[in-house]
Amino acid sequence: MTVGLNRQIQLSHQTIVRNDLGMHARPAAKIAQMAMSASKNIWLSDGHTHVDASSIIDILTLCAKKGARIHIQAESSRDTAILEQIKAFFDNGFGELTS
Amino acid sequence: MTQKKPRELTLKGISGSPGICIGKAYVVDREGVNIIERYPVSKTMLPKEIDRFKHAVAEAKKEHAKVIKALDKDVSETLNILETHMALFKDKMLYGRTIETIQNEQINAEWALRKISRQIRLMFQQVDDPYLQSRVNDIVQVSDKIMSNLLGARDIKIADINKRVIIVAHDLSPADASQIQLERIKGFVTDRGGKDSHTGIVAKSLKIPSVFGLARATDSINNDDILIVDGSAGIVIINPEENTLFRYEERLARFEAYRADIERESHLPAITRDGVPLNLMANIELVEEVVSAKDNGASGIGLFRTEFLYLDLKRFPTEEEMLVKYKELAELMTPQPVTIRTLDINGDKFNPYIDPVEEANPALGLRAVRFCLENTDIFITQVKAILRAAAFGNIKLLIPMISCMEELIQVKQVISRAVLELEQDHKVFNKDIPLGIMIEVPSAVLMADALAGQVDFFSIGTNDLIQYSMAIDRRNRRVAHLYQGLNPAVLKMIKMTFEAAQRNNIDVIMCGEMAGDPINVPVLLGLGIRNLSMNAASIPVIKKMVRDIDMGKAEKTCAALFQLITVEEISRFIQEEFKEILPYRETED
Repeated sequence: MTVGLNRQIQLSHQTIVRNDLGMHARPAAKIAQMAMSASKNIWLSDGHTHVDASSIIDILTLCAKKGARIHIQAESSRDTAILEQIKAFFDNGFGELTS
Repeated sequence: MTQKKPRELTLKGISGSPGICIGKAYVVDREGVNIIERYPVSKTMLPKEIDRFKHAVAEAKKEHAKVIKALDKDVSETLNILETHMALFKDKMLYGRTIETIQNEQINAEWALRKISRQIRLMFQQVDDPYLQSRVNDIVQVSDKIMSNLLGARDIKIADINKRVIIVAHDLSPADASQIQLERIKGFVTDRGGKDSHTGIVAKSLKIPSVFGLARATDSINNDDILIVDGSAGIVIINPEENTLFRYEERLARFEAYRADIERESHLPAITRDGVPLNLMANIELVEEVVSAKDNGASGIGLFRTEFLYLDLKRFPTEEEMLVKYKELAELMTPQPVTIRTLDINGDKFNPYIDPVEEANPALGLRAVRFCLENTDIFITQVKAILRAAAFGNIKLLIPMISCMEELIQVKQVISRAVLELEQDHKVFNKDIPLGIMIEVPSAVLMADALAGQVDFFSIGTNDLIQYSMAIDRRNRRVAHLYQGLNPAVLKMIKMTFEAAQRNNIDVIMCGEMAGDPINVPVLLGLGIRNLSMNAASIPVIKKMVRDIDMGKAEKTCAALFQLITVEEISRFIQEEFKEILPYRETED
């Protein structure tokens, strides 16, 4: 868990954890992979804690369960596409939604 | 991460072996053998150290990739997990921070990795979601893989511990325990195990204070934490405050004074107050323990466990190799008796080279004499070594785990064959030695009369007899409390066995851990048992008890005991009747 004092958020999207298991290692790994291709830092936040989206471990410490509201934040406006991509991944329940 | 000031924390477990020790913790890793060393790295060497770490990660990834490749694509769930692991290897928090730590703290890669993975683990411990908590295992597995690549050939083994420390481990297998230079260890603390586990027995014989069954000791204790281990009360105190330390140092002094007091009298004969002589003998598994047996006033070796040589060599020893050991033991002890028990390999005594077949219930599986009768060449080799050693001292042959007459008949056939072969080879040996069997299976108790007609002595192995009678796995923390020697059913079994032996005029030795606990002494004597064999370290305490007891009273008490039906009633009754002579027990403040 990082207290990101020096973060300069340019973009922010809000989304919800929709799958039954909540945020677990596999989706975290996928998000981290996406975030690593960003030009600057991408952050996830539940309103209290900010975590580095490029670290699986950091993402997991968010302990985001089904229904949790998550903000996805980018430090650079150049990373819009990546932000959208992550949001879409959240929105389809990490590909784990049944029916 | 904020550095928290260590707070005093008390953990309650199962009392392993009595005594108190105060010292620094040495945490043995999850896998049981690796211990991480910490050493400084000079500035100029830092890039090299970081490269070493990167190389270890690359190697671990390579190995991991191989595992994934080899996997059947059907097992997609496993595959997912493994692919996630693949990503974790280079995770910022693990990879990045470890490199930072090597750089900033100028320490070796192993220590840095360990520090970071511990931090991550702590982070997850604060999480209350069990699913997420269990994800920490993924991270632990990944960091373990990197670690084992880092350690490589420089793998630090338990055998190399040479500081006076308190070992903290998840579990110590007998193989681990046998590697430790035990005289250098102050105490033991483990997550698993019970009082009568193998490790407990070893700890007790070496008078090392220990506490078992703590469940989370390895999670709660860090290397170099100051610990107080109170083996008598089954308590471990982490980072004690000054007044706690002070209180325990006083207690430690009192305990040592008591022990010295007992040991001064250990050379006196074991005779009850009303003049009945007893045999107090030692259970040992190393020839070297003869010294401790003699120091503690043993009148013989009531049980020599022979597994050690097998475990130590990691192969089956030859007849000559065994002969050397058995002969040395016989000569050291002569004219006092040495009872050698044949191979008793089982689930408790983990053995990497025997039996790759997995058994769901090793305690009920192919162990001890069953294993020997399936592998008669291994068995006959040992029997020959024992018969040859018997030419040099007073040796008795003891067969473990006999559960029916058929097994005994087969054993006798193997012995006859051994005798025949030794005669053909013109070896010096002694075939006229007493043959005994362990009574440790309930079916053998029920058939004791018939079995007694075929052998020269019985040896009652209470550890297994209790386990099999009560259906209690004594190493299972959740049921270990039900493992009680004073259970009336167990006492009845002992009584039946003894009476059958008496009717057939053969000797009985009691050689389980039960013989070494003072509270059992009045009952055992009252039942008529005159030969007790125990850990050498227990002899002085038992001897003092024996010298203070009145046999007439023990017999009377024992008769009354059989009217009682709960363990609590029985133990309370003994405690009240023999209050004056039961040894001092430290009570909690």
